Amino acid sequence: MTTMAPPVPISRRRTGIGAWLRTGRGAAYALGLPILLIIFWAVGSSISPAQFFPSPLVIAEAFVDTWIGPAFVDDVLPSLGRLAVAIILSVVIGIAAGTVIGLVRWLRELLEPMLEFFRAIPPPVLIPVVTLLLGITDTMKLTVIVAGAIWPVLLNTIEGVRSTDSIMTETSRSFALTRAQRLRYLVLPAASPRIMTGVRQAMSIALIMMVISEMFNTSSGLGYRIVYFQRNYLIAEMWSGIVLLGLIGVLLAVIFTLVERRVLRWYHGIKEVERG
Amino acid sequence: MADTLLSVQNLKKVYSSAAGDVEAIGDISFTMRRGELVCIVGPSGCGKTTLLKCIAGLLRPTEGLIELHGQRVTSPPPNMALVFQEYGRSLFPWLTVRGNVELPLRHKKLSRSERDSLVDDALSAVGLEHTAKSYPWQLSGGMQQRVAIARAVAYQPEVLIMDEPFAAVDAQTRADLEDLIRSLHLERGMSILFVTHDIDESVYLGERVVVLSSSPTWVQEDLDIDLAAERDQITTRALPRFTELRTHVYQQIQRAKRGEATRPAA
Amino acid sequence: MRDASPRGIPHSRSPALVLRYRPRHRTDGTELLMATAEAPMVLASRAPRTRRTTRKALLGATGILGFLVTWQLIPTLGIVDPRFLPYATDTLARLVAEALDLEFWRNIGRTMTAWTIGLAIASLAALVLGTIIGLIPFLRRATHSTVEFLRPIPSVALIPLAILLFGFQLPAALVIIVYATFWQVFVQVLYGVADIDTVARDTARSYGLTGRAQVFSLVLPTALPYVMTGLRLGAAVALILAITAELTIGVPGIGREIVFAQGASDFTLVYALVIVTGLIGLVVNMGFRLIERRALSWHQSVRGEETS
Repeated sequence: MTTMAPPVPISRRRTGIGAWLRTGRGAAYALGLPILLIIFWAVGSSISPAQFFPSPLVIAEAFVDTWIGPAFVDDVLPSLGRLAVAIILSVVIGIAAGTVIGLVRWLRELLEPMLEFFRAIPPPVLIPVVTLLLGITDTMKLTVIVAGAIWPVLLNTIEGVRSTDSIMTETSRSFALTRAQRLRYLVLPAASPRIMTGVRQAMSIALIMMVISEMFNTSSGLGYRIVYFQRNYLIAEMWSGIVLLGLIGVLLAVIFTLVERRVLRWYHGIKEVERG
Repeated sequence: MADTLLSVQNLKKVYSSAAGDVEAIGDISFTMRRGELVCIVGPSGCGKTTLLKCIAGLLRPTEGLIELHGQRVTSPPPNMALVFQEYGRSLFPWLTVRGNVELPLRHKKLSRSERDSLVDDALSAVGLEHTAKSYPWQLSGGMQQRVAIARAVAYQPEVLIMDEPFAAVDAQTRADLEDLIRSLHLERGMSILFVTHDIDESVYLGERVVVLSSSPTWVQEDLDIDLAAERDQITTRALPRFTELRTHVYQQIQRAKRGEATRPAA
Repeated sequence: MRDASPRGIPHSRSPALVLRYRPRHRTDGTELLMATAEAPMVLASRAPRTRRTTRKALLGATGILGFLVTWQLIPTLGIVDPRFLPYATDTLARLVAEALDLEFWRNIGRTMTAWTIGLAIASLAALVLGTIIGLIPFLRRATHSTVEFLRPIPSVALIPLAILLFGFQLPAALVIIVYATFWQVFVQVLYGVADIDTVARDTARSYGLTGRAQVFSLVLPTALPYVMTGLRLGAAVALILAITAELTIGVPGIGREIVFAQGASDFTLVYALVIVTGLIGLVVNMGFRLIERRALSWHQSVRGEETS
């Protein structure tokens, strides 16, 4: 599965008025429902103001006030920085370890039960454990995210690496490619769709872990800010925080899609051919 | 013999499986000279693919000896190239056509320009000069198989081994590919070992046809094909001699299927 | 290289097939002499497959043991203070003690209740909405952007809102459980409905199947593998969020017990409960894998994790 929901059929003609109409129609579809929902919300909140659902305009104002300013530098950037570093670490370590474990059969069979157990532990539960071992430091926050996000990458890499097509393996053996060459030109590229699935899951888990790890026992960070707003009944600001998190989530998804499209161009090509 | 390229002596291969041991190959012996085009036919399940894999060094024989150039084959020898039936699964979809063809050349110590010229030469030999930048899955089945052949040709092997390469291709494309093999053989003097279940194809292509018995497999007959070197899909297949030969091979296969042939005492 | 084993049948002009009689054990334990027709030259030998599975089991058990030993060694050798990483033996003993305590099981019950309710609500909503939206192209197109924006929002971002709306009780937990689980199942249902083979659909239409009949004979079977995968993924996510809600909001359950234990500096209990959550997760994962496999045993392609 790719990161987006199943593809929506669009016809493709690139020039002329048809293209403009198409773009217009595409934009209408993309913006239609969201605008409708926002209007609904605005109307609803002005008719019967609910304490916890302020009007979108108020939220937008709070958004600008809160996040565009020092709070961005003090809270958001460090959080995002930790998130980015943790994701990269999870991916690198996950792929490296996963490749080794996937290729060495006895190692895989040795570790399999333990890995299955560790991946079944809900990642947020590791926060108390890591806090115990590392105290409340930045390293702890980083480790917590990695501890949660590494599992999908690791396990998907193991699966991808061990299921290399036997005919391709025989082909490369018959051409006397070395093990290193097989790894680089056959095993890893063949496993890359699987690995990318793991990376996508890792990114969503990483975001969750980042938020939770900052919500409690900390004094800075995005998660901390949102909880602070909630505790002090700053409703609009709280919502603006939720919106910001949503934007970050979407940003991560977009980055992933861009990277995945580039790396798996060949894979999507094959799927296109199969479908068409 | 002085110019013996490949020699298989008393090859035996036994597989162990959940149901017990299965003797895929009983006792196969034959030799191949340099520059020959030898076809191997046999009834289904007679272990043709097993034989090829043993020759290619991908499987260890249970007993017997395989020698390439007088050197014992224990692992895939560097001067042998393989073309499989399943071209879709043997070409790498993440590499372009060019990438696929030049991949096996990477560990041969060649300069960039030497490698490029080998690739270009191989692609034009199979008629795919203009597809170098495409991906294999963008091409038709016949073209993909040509890419696999080009990959083998560029590798400049001493012997080219082909395992039912045209079985998964439609009849018209198969005819073109057969002629491609013949021209590679004639123009470049390539030594080719060609396994097929198509009797007509084996007689059309081969200078020799080796007929295998059914399991446990042995060489039932080693037939010389005395047709002219220049062959053509229409005229050659219409020759009376062609019909004689193919009928003979067909009868041999029928005997093999019925298990009637007896093995000469060792 | 296999050494030559004694032959079962002399090498001769044997007929094409040979009948051999072998004992086979039926599922009820009785033995049956079954005649199997085999090609000649089948030599009797022990099946290597059982050897492989025992080896795998042994290695796996060694791995578990190795982990426990390493765990025991770390505080023993003082690499980490035993206060912060209790001995494996102590932790396991504590686990057993907990298992004998009724309150422990009540807490598990609370967690699983939240899990069940959340999973049920989310799956139902996802099935209904997913099928409707999936089958009507206009709806699919119109909702695409909204789905793609809402889906990546981490459910935990809604925790403050949930607290505001429902306090620190079960409904607050359900908010975040349902939100996250819904998307997992929903996307899979969309995929399943979108995957309907066009040939099959044309065939159904040409046979004059009405919409309702089409749904039952075409849509449901095609979408079933995806739905099963979605349920399995959703079940895992629901469990994670249920425990997260207990950790963060303080809804009663195993997660809250961990917070209490941490607050009381009862670290042995913390580790013991972490293991418990892992075990619960294992049971849920394996249970749903089994259900998935059972429900799809007639279906050609059993979808692997790749479809997630």
